[in-house]
Amino acid sequence: MRELFESLGKWAGRVVSSTGGMTLMLIQAVLWIFVPPLKLRNIFRQMEFVGVNSLFVVILTGAFTGAVLALQSYNALKRFGAESLVGPTVALSMARELGPVLTGLMVTGRAGSAMATELGTMRVTEQIDALYTMAVNPVKYLVSPRILAGVFMMPVLAIVTDFVGVLGGYFVAVKMLGVNSGVYIGRTVDFVQAQDIFDGLIKASVFGLILSIVACYHGFNTTGGAAGVGEAATKSVVMGCVLILVADYFLTSVMF
Amino acid sequence: MIKIIDLKKSFNDKKVLDGVNMEIEKGKITVIIGRSGEGKSVLIKHIIGLLKPDSGEIFLDGHDMTRMNEMELNEVRRRFGMLFQGAALFDSMTVGENVAFPLREHTDMPEADLKQTIREKLRKVGLKDIEQMMPADLSGGMKKRVGLARAIAMDPEIVLFDEPTTGLDPIMADNIANLILDTQRDLKTTYIVITHDIPLTYKIADKIAMLHEGKIVEQGDVDYIRDCSNPVLRQFLEGKSEGPIKVL
Repeated sequence: MRELFESLGKWAGRVVSSTGGMTLMLIQAVLWIFVPPLKLRNIFRQMEFVGVNSLFVVILTGAFTGAVLALQSYNALKRFGAESLVGPTVALSMARELGPVLTGLMVTGRAGSAMATELGTMRVTEQIDALYTMAVNPVKYLVSPRILAGVFMMPVLAIVTDFVGVLGGYFVAVKMLGVNSGVYIGRTVDFVQAQDIFDGLIKASVFGLILSIVACYHGFNTTGGAAGVGEAATKSVVMGCVLILVADYFLTSVMF
Repeated sequence: MIKIIDLKKSFNDKKVLDGVNMEIEKGKITVIIGRSGEGKSVLIKHIIGLLKPDSGEIFLDGHDMTRMNEMELNEVRRRFGMLFQGAALFDSMTVGENVAFPLREHTDMPEADLKQTIREKLRKVGLKDIEQMMPADLSGGMKKRVGLARAIAMDPEIVLFDEPTTGLDPIMADNIANLILDTQRDLKTTYIVITHDIPLTYKIADKIAMLHEGKIVEQGDVDYIRDCSNPVLRQFLEGKSEGPIKVL
């Protein structure tokens, strides 16, 4: 019993310590953004890495998610003779929920793990110490650009996922299941409002912040060589995904 | 000049530095020797402000570095260069970008001058036409030399070397020793070298200090150290497993 309490205590200690550490790192990273010079080249490189390089994976995810959603909703709505609502169902689900969440999870898996691995390797090979010795603040140089990239590129990726998802849904509903094209598009336009898309993009931006700070924190605090780098990548993906899903609930309850 | 007074540092109740006292003279090469795990790297990380001591002071030209905040430390660090044990080159950058890094960060040097400076620094460490290569394509010795070029890129007043010859063959180790001597003579810089490489120590040192059990047990010039009868120092210099230093 004592061991159980000890391990619970240690776990709680770790949670408090990492939450505090991440919050402090986030505050520092945000403050450093406003300290000149702003290294645009570094920021654009991270934006390319998080955004452009994730396009393929989010397009695939969006297309198939939209397609499956159309298939499932068609089968359900058909029972009530409401096949015309397939379009809005797909579009609203994508814009409000699945677009930002799935994009967040996919980008965490692809870019978040890579960020943690890169920073972790830099830590264990003393590259982060080298930055300090050259009077370059590693949080400003490494963390701030990644956070900016996460916050600004995630909404772009989410909108791509939304669009491709709606296309995937259109293809399945109209071309395969025989829903009228005009009805699909018309009903979608009727039901989906700009606010739905905008709220989804806000969510995506918050998820970008979460995945980048979680990845940077774990990478930055890597210890123990190659095994430590692997552990940092795993932790960043697991914690990033869980936090995105938790944040999604709270954001949804506030927004919709 | 750097003056270290009663420097103490522990990690998880393990005393690593237990009252280090020493002075490092300006424009000289000071070599700190000691067994692996004795805290040599911890000591130089304190000197450049990467670690905060539990107690004690480090004075650089009369200013206590242990009381400086991060901004003040950053100012002071511009006076330093450091060559890490594994060179710590940025593996996402080319050799040229690595050497140019501190210059790009801290100066507004035009690109043409920058290229010229990179070439000159690489030439100083015996390398040429490798600006476009990636660190992963370099041998251990080349990495150390590029690391040295980067460390001296800003013409620092003080350069720290963390085990500069570890992992190198004897010929390359001697080559690095010569480079340390040549660059120091050229720039009249203060060099602080930590190592357990005895031939390197005798070759380059103006002053030698031995770190053992968290303290400097002996320090002096090469002749003093060579003739010193301290059994701990003698055992280390002669590389014997029997003696006051216990092998675990």
